[in-house]
Amino acid sequence: MNLRFANRAVSGLLTVLPANERLFVDEMTAFNFPAARSLKLKQVMGYDKHRLVDGQVCVSDLAVHGMEHLFSHGLLGRDDFDALIVVTQTGDYLMPPTSNVIQGRLGLKHDMFCIDINQGCAGFLIGLMQGFMLLDQPGVRKVVLINADVMSRKVSAQDRNSYPLIGDAASIAVLERSEDPTTIHANLKMDGTRRDALIIPAGGMRLPASPETAVREADAEGNLRAPDNLRMDGSAVFNFVQTEVPPMIDALLQQAGTTKEAVDSFVFHQPNRFMLHKLAEKMQIPYEKMPSNIVEHFGNSSGVTIPLALAFNLGERLRTSRLNICLAGFGVGLTWSSMLLPLGPMQFCEMIDY
Amino acid sequence: MKTVSELLHEIRPEFDFSTSENFIADGMLDSFDVMTLISDLEKTYSITIDGLDILPENVKSLAAIARLLAKYGVTA
Repeated sequence: MNLRFANRAVSGLLTVLPANERLFVDEMTAFNFPAARSLKLKQVMGYDKHRLVDGQVCVSDLAVHGMEHLFSHGLLGRDDFDALIVVTQTGDYLMPPTSNVIQGRLGLKHDMFCIDINQGCAGFLIGLMQGFMLLDQPGVRKVVLINADVMSRKVSAQDRNSYPLIGDAASIAVLERSEDPTTIHANLKMDGTRRDALIIPAGGMRLPASPETAVREADAEGNLRAPDNLRMDGSAVFNFVQTEVPPMIDALLQQAGTTKEAVDSFVFHQPNRFMLHKLAEKMQIPYEKMPSNIVEHFGNSSGVTIPLALAFNLGERLRTSRLNICLAGFGVGLTWSSMLLPLGPMQFCEMIDY
Repeated sequence: MKTVSELLHEIRPEFDFSTSENFIADGMLDSFDVMTLISDLEKTYSITIDGLDILPENVKSLAAIARLLAKYGVTA
């Protein structure tokens, strides 16, 4: 599906990272693998540090912290926006929606559109699309798009396939109308037949959480995980990304009538350095135009890696200049999406700790 | 220059790769070992392997790895 928008802007971007930083070399003793093998993997995949929440910290805690930062620093008024979108796979509750939780905790007005979107690695883009569409309504002046996950709470610490790369984070993007008529091009595809490639089997209505679903068992590769934990078919996901993403980007650029050379930066979801380098090679994009450093510094926080990569790698430039950016997200669903849009100069583009 | 067998031995020294016809099915290489092996092959033989060629069937045996390398002009 192709989508187009115009007169839309991301006027500000804030990311919130847990202050708790863990090192791969300290955690690898928990894995059921020799140290030398884990260190080799560290080198190839770019594992080093990641940020994880402590204890029972929830998505709404990170989000409220970030929103209060914006309010207290005069970057956003409490009554300046009319819609609140929360993209998360790890909401505070099964019900009510986390957007309502955040609305209530912040004491926001009742005359507001609050909605949760259950999406992962492509979630930031889907949130942008929904936000841009909400701005078609005259009653919506600005949209706050919160993308947040605390996936570390659903990953087994004895799962070497997933735990080293996982990170927790939140981002807050302010979306509004703009005088800029530049067409924003986007595309989106989904394939639910491959839904098992990334799944948390237990905890929903299909398989409710129970003492039995919390029992960790070893898989064929020696990783220990329970049905309550994230399960990822690494080979299937890798092949999915290498197969679907390059033609998706080619189609997006063709739709926009532009070239790779005209794009200032390709800011993609950050699964790991190896996968991103393979994408860059396939697409003949220089590594320096496709950041791949988020996993090594902060971990993979699902869709939040995209705003995090923007703030971490391009924050100063996005505060002062206008860049032609290609975003791409791909993962759970399976879902894959991309967007070509001008970003900047933003009112704010910064990172804070929780 | 290291041989493929030497590279495999560095990744999983506990296995004898000459005795298996399917490293994946026999549990000798997992998905992350495959990425490590691909990275090692690229560095050792100065090649860039296409992401679409990074499949279990292309690294499941010494013969399969030889065929993969041959595709990139390497005789190992």
